[in-house]
Amino acid sequence: MDVSVTVNGTTYERDVEPRKLLIHFLRDDLDLTGSHIGCDTGNCGACSIIFDGVLAKSCMLLAVQANGASIETVEGLSEDGELTPLQQAFNEHHALQCGYCTPGMLMSATALLRENPSPSDDEIKKALQGNICRCTGYWNIFEAVKSVAK
Amino acid sequence: MLLREVEYAKPGSLAEALELLAANDGARALAGGQTIVNVMKARAASPDMLVDLNGLEELQGIELAGDGTLTIGAMTTYSELMASAEAKARPILGEVCATIADVQVRNRGTLGGNVCSNDPTNHLPPLMVAVSARMTVVGAGGEREVPAEEFFLGVYLTAVGPGELLTRISIPAGRKDGFAAVTLGAEGTCICNAAATVNGSVRVALGCVDAVPVLVTADSPEGVADAVRAADLMPPSDVHASCEYRMHLAGVLATRAAEEAAGR
Repeated sequence: MDVSVTVNGTTYERDVEPRKLLIHFLRDDLDLTGSHIGCDTGNCGACSIIFDGVLAKSCMLLAVQANGASIETVEGLSEDGELTPLQQAFNEHHALQCGYCTPGMLMSATALLRENPSPSDDEIKKALQGNICRCTGYWNIFEAVKSVAK
Repeated sequence: MLLREVEYAKPGSLAEALELLAANDGARALAGGQTIVNVMKARAASPDMLVDLNGLEELQGIELAGDGTLTIGAMTTYSELMASAEAKARPILGEVCATIADVQVRNRGTLGGNVCSNDPTNHLPPLMVAVSARMTVVGAGGEREVPAEEFFLGVYLTAVGPGELLTRISIPAGRKDGFAAVTLGAEGTCICNAAATVNGSVRVALGCVDAVPVLVTADSPEGVADAVRAADLMPPSDVHASCEYRMHLAGVLATRAAEEAAGR
């Protein structure tokens, strides 16, 4: 099926099998390997993206469902090579250990801060509930997000 | 994970969706995809065709009528319901949706998908029974309304037949509701849950103890535990809880939900 999808402001047109998951389309067809595959069962959140303005797990969507959609991935966060304040905060708070969960954490935190620039501690924790860090480095991730909350 | 080959159709109207489902035996509706995509990865089911219901206006929207009746489109996501000013008329709905899985799942998962998949561990089947919801089902034979008590027929089985779709859920006015669950981790899968409504008497619907929600009634929250015992439950045992433990939880959670409902 022909799919036209805008990712981080660039429109791509591809012929896609309906059975292909969106995460595989992003990584294999578009070579946007920032979004990770952690579990492939919708549990870990490493593949989180922003789909038409809404945070979603890209392993639970078909690529063909993205036809006409606008997607943001972790590659689209920084502008001109400059880290966003959130990314900078992840750096400063040592909020990544192995880094595998980081793209998903950044997308979930970005979605939270857009919707709610002044989240409470509980709101931050709840917003990251769908993202698993198997280094268990949650505290530094929480601190990084909290530091950029207004 | 590579799914088995599947066709994909994106109908432009409810009528077109119904035609596609009726004309293809192996077709299944794709709502939020937060269950079926995983089911397909595990090959527990491999539909030949997915009929994507996203974007169908007939299945969206939340309306609050003058008498307090809420009408909720089947494709309403948990997040949309939580954010809806209208849905606050029955606060338990948003409160329970806020405890389902995580943000990403709530952003895509739908009320219609939750009830139509009728996994016995889902949150909404018992809640729909407790609040006396009415489900509107549409097919080639027209439209019919099914009370929630008659909607859930078996594990993964509802009154929505082949070639049919749930279009909306109507919920009467009320505020005295409660919900209690023991879950795998915070806001994880339910090991046992109970939804209660007080309207004169107490209605409690229990989840995870049978193929479909089990409805018990009592005159007061104090009588709920006895009513649960009298229901002669024989819940399944699994790695998370034995039959006996689930029976115990059913009584405890039914009482908690009833007390929450009565206290409002």
